[in-house]
Amino acid sequence: MGFFLEVLIGGLLAGVLYSLVALGFVLIFKASGVFNFAQGAMVLTAALALVRALDVFEQWHWPFAVALLSAFVFAAVIMAIIAWAAERLVLRKLVNQEGIILFMATIGVTFFLEGLSQSLFGADVYPLNVGLPKDPVFLLESLFDGGILVNELDIWAAVIAGLLVAGLALFFQRTRIGRALRAVADDHAAAQSVGIPLNQIWFIVWLVAGLVALVAGTVWGSKLGVQFSLSLLALKALPVLILGGFTSVPGAIIGGLIIGAGEKLAEVFLGPSMGGGIEIWFAYVLALLFLLVRPQGLFGERIIERV
Amino acid sequence: MIYREAGQYKASYQADQAIFPIAQDRLAMLALLVIAFLVVPFVASEYVYRAVLIPTVILSLAAIGLNVLMGYCGQVSLGSGAFMGIGAYAAYNLAIRLPFLNPFVCILLSGFVAAAVGIVFGIPSLRIKGFYLACATLAAQFFGDWAFLRVRWITNDTPSGSVNAPPLQLFGWDLSSPTANYLVALCFTVVLALGVKNIVRGHIGRQWMAIRDMDIAAEIIGVRPMYAKLSAFAVSSFLIGVAGAMWAFLYLGSWEPAAFDIGRSFTLMFMVIIGGLGSILGSALGAIFIVLLPIFLNQALPPLGAAVGWQISTATVSHFESMIFGALIVFFLVVEPRGLARLWSIGKEKLRLWPFPH
Amino acid sequence: MRTRKAALLGAALASAGMLAIAGAPGTAQAQNEQFIPSLVYRTGAYAPNGIPFADGAADYINMLNARDGGINGVKLVLEECETGYATDRGVECYERLKGKGPTGAAYFSPLSTGITFALTEKAPGDKIPLITMGYGRADSRDGEIFTWNFPLLGTYWTAANVAIQYIAKEWGGFDKLKGKKIALLYHDSPYGKEPIAALEVMSKKYGFDFLQIPVPAPGSEQKSQWLQIRQQRPDYVLLWGWGVMNSAAVTEAGNVNYPRDHMLGVWWSGAEPDVLPAGDKAKGYKALMLQHPAGKFAVHKDLEKYVVSQGKSMAKAEEVGQVLYNRGVINSMLGTESIRTAMAKFGNKPMTGEQVRWGIEHLNLTADRIKQLGFEGMIGPIKLSCVDHEGTRLSRVHQWDGKEWKVISDWFTGDDSILEPLVKATAEAYGKEKKITPRDCTKES
Repeated sequence: MGFFLEVLIGGLLAGVLYSLVALGFVLIFKASGVFNFAQGAMVLTAALALVRALDVFEQWHWPFAVALLSAFVFAAVIMAIIAWAAERLVLRKLVNQEGIILFMATIGVTFFLEGLSQSLFGADVYPLNVGLPKDPVFLLESLFDGGILVNELDIWAAVIAGLLVAGLALFFQRTRIGRALRAVADDHAAAQSVGIPLNQIWFIVWLVAGLVALVAGTVWGSKLGVQFSLSLLALKALPVLILGGFTSVPGAIIGGLIIGAGEKLAEVFLGPSMGGGIEIWFAYVLALLFLLVRPQGLFGERIIERV
Repeated sequence: MIYREAGQYKASYQADQAIFPIAQDRLAMLALLVIAFLVVPFVASEYVYRAVLIPTVILSLAAIGLNVLMGYCGQVSLGSGAFMGIGAYAAYNLAIRLPFLNPFVCILLSGFVAAAVGIVFGIPSLRIKGFYLACATLAAQFFGDWAFLRVRWITNDTPSGSVNAPPLQLFGWDLSSPTANYLVALCFTVVLALGVKNIVRGHIGRQWMAIRDMDIAAEIIGVRPMYAKLSAFAVSSFLIGVAGAMWAFLYLGSWEPAAFDIGRSFTLMFMVIIGGLGSILGSALGAIFIVLLPIFLNQALPPLGAAVGWQISTATVSHFESMIFGALIVFFLVVEPRGLARLWSIGKEKLRLWPFPH
Repeated sequence: MRTRKAALLGAALASAGMLAIAGAPGTAQAQNEQFIPSLVYRTGAYAPNGIPFADGAADYINMLNARDGGINGVKLVLEECETGYATDRGVECYERLKGKGPTGAAYFSPLSTGITFALTEKAPGDKIPLITMGYGRADSRDGEIFTWNFPLLGTYWTAANVAIQYIAKEWGGFDKLKGKKIALLYHDSPYGKEPIAALEVMSKKYGFDFLQIPVPAPGSEQKSQWLQIRQQRPDYVLLWGWGVMNSAAVTEAGNVNYPRDHMLGVWWSGAEPDVLPAGDKAKGYKALMLQHPAGKFAVHKDLEKYVVSQGKSMAKAEEVGQVLYNRGVINSMLGTESIRTAMAKFGNKPMTGEQVRWGIEHLNLTADRIKQLGFEGMIGPIKLSCVDHEGTRLSRVHQWDGKEWKVISDWFTGDDSILEPLVKATAEAYGKEKKITPRDCTKES
């Protein structure tokens, strides 16, 4: 029982980490209908910019807090430039194209960003330490033999994800820009006709997605070291995304929890009898099963088709 | 002037519905085939075969297969790499377990295995659409990756999970030379491409296109979505499976599951989109483009850099390669979202009026 | 709109013209040069491990050119080709580079088990030897079947055997292995699966439980695997990873409080990029050595004098002397010494692949010669033959103390009473499947 709980909690926490990546996808899809495959590359770029800037600032003997803050600002500026370029050079030119074409274009952006970030910041592995604790802790040791093992970093990640979602929710519900974003998500043409500047809105939403990528990159980078594999996290986020629905921020979190717990439980309890390594496809199959019941994901907007 | 169809009268429906109704097109196609079959074997070096021609020809077939599904039937699939793998491993198992079968028969039969699996993985498409379907097909991709590694029967209990193609022979001829590999691949691709061209012109193809354009409307006018979608999955998987078997037997020779990973799926998707959705010719153009571009960049960048006095390292080359590749894809999509095939037809239109455009 | 279309047509024409360039590998070459291709990966998920190896391999060749003017007056020409650890790109690189230079490629080092598998099929036809130092097919040490493969210095089965020997020694004898549980945490690819056959044999022989835990590539997420380890409580964990998987495994081991000094990595899991990202958690982690340790030896003086200080090296300052850098240096040394050996028989001119193979098969580096080359303390003596393409079965163990790798064991020798029958059996099966007539080594000089 103790072990089951441990796997469950571990899975839920891992799921939150996937959600962090999935959130960026949701934001952009919601506001511009673009399935942004480049989110993984954005995580990589943001993390690389952060860790390299931090290294440089520390070499200049800046106090850690100042160095860290400046590095975050530097990475955020980089993400802003990317958002601007994406809107200017890609989205604006491809307005009104089919979704699949836009999707392809973001894969092009992925290749571009992967090449750019590695040639600017290097292709090595860079350890990242932003002061997040990384030690394991044992809970409920009195109840179960050996206790339930949880990693502090994962807990912090969950807290950060929670804050992020709350922040985004407030941003969407309470601010002027948030309202504009929701309007654009609802209907481009109608939003434009009441005077909402589409291009600005797209820039803002890509910027916000870039900042979410920066947060995801920080957490994952602290966990694994900043390196190219961060770019592959996109593939782990996709089942989360389809399960939760492309258009729902809470869906990304709940989808992450279900996928995380589901795949870890499957790997640990079913895996050994099937030869192991099943979690990747299990996540997708799990998402697929949910889709068969609800084709637009758990919280996605209902697709209404008219002939 | 040279491309003028005036005076070419069609006296029968048959003539009007020919694949190439214009005489110049027929001639050009014929010339292309003659060059591909008769001239290339005399001029190509082994490097050109191995690095350029064989991959292009095989991947063209795979791209045509994916185009059937994406371009004609409108079902986005990211699992094509796995279907190439299914073809490869099916051919391998047929060759190992039924040693009396000729390897080329195995290649063809493997297509049917892939088609059967394709139908199974096509079932969710009856309910799920668009990007949800694209992501769902990743389930096929990752399940394939896993099965090729884990199910020991598939790899004939090889300890490492890496398998080899059997020696290629036909009626006692040794067909393992690059020229022979190329000709075999070309035969398969040309014959199957011709077959597909005829399928998409026929009633099945029209059903696919109706489903693509709007499935509910198609259903109302009497197209059975289940039949149309699953047949598209079957035909598409068949072609991709055959291409996968050729990729393994004719190109790699020995392979591991990573040869059919998700990167392969993306490459095929690029070919289809860059080439042009819903075009057989476009698939081939896309394959040529995507195979050649990295090789070209890889060879052209260092001399270019040296010319301006900059020593480019291997790492920089591949970073730049990645950047230019990404940028070019965006560029192409921006200027012509309908791909190279569309460019080709624009070019033809221009040629018809040339040299008097008004 | 019109100009756009025109520009596009131009682009289309240009892309058609690409065929001409893409199809023509450079041919113009000076006559007295030995061409050595180098398949590298400086980008992608495995780049952190690929970069130092590639730098070491290049620096040694450049050093020979700068110090000695090549080998016996024949200049060495190195060309890198980026594979990104992908098999099809590796094959493309091979096809492009195999015919370059006056005599073609001297040898290939694919640095990827997948590419090795693919090239094993092609090398015999092109008569180019494959030097797969410490990787590739374990059974390819059988020179009678695998005539062109050279897994120098060690195969994965040697590694598996030495690992078990080391564990037995730590516990105080092979009888102590009985009833214990040893887990193999491996990269889910032919590379990671290669040792399984040998470990299964040994598990039967010594009576330990053998637990296999695959990690799907690239291996950045290993939570469930380590939960399994926490549940099963193996007494030892063998780590068979590459790239990000290694550091992730060490980190997760820290997360579940698995004792790091009960983890033993293969030699591809025991370098600086594997432990640095894990920080303090890596302290105490152990790994096999492909004989050589980290650190600077006699040869590094020349490397620094002729290459690094001249600004001709791509390596960063701290990289020189790291584990994988040193491995690249050794890889080039073994290759160039083989060329030198071949020249002693065939004359001081560029060697063909076939002549280089003769050179590798007759490579005999004694302790004296190794000292002369500046590699004393890095590798033990190595002597190859037509039958034995591995040359030596020695290995040691080193441990990460939080700052650097420290050698903590004496030399171990792979136990041929276990390895030999295994190699014979699988090599024969391969030969039968491919219809290869084994070479008769007694007839060759």
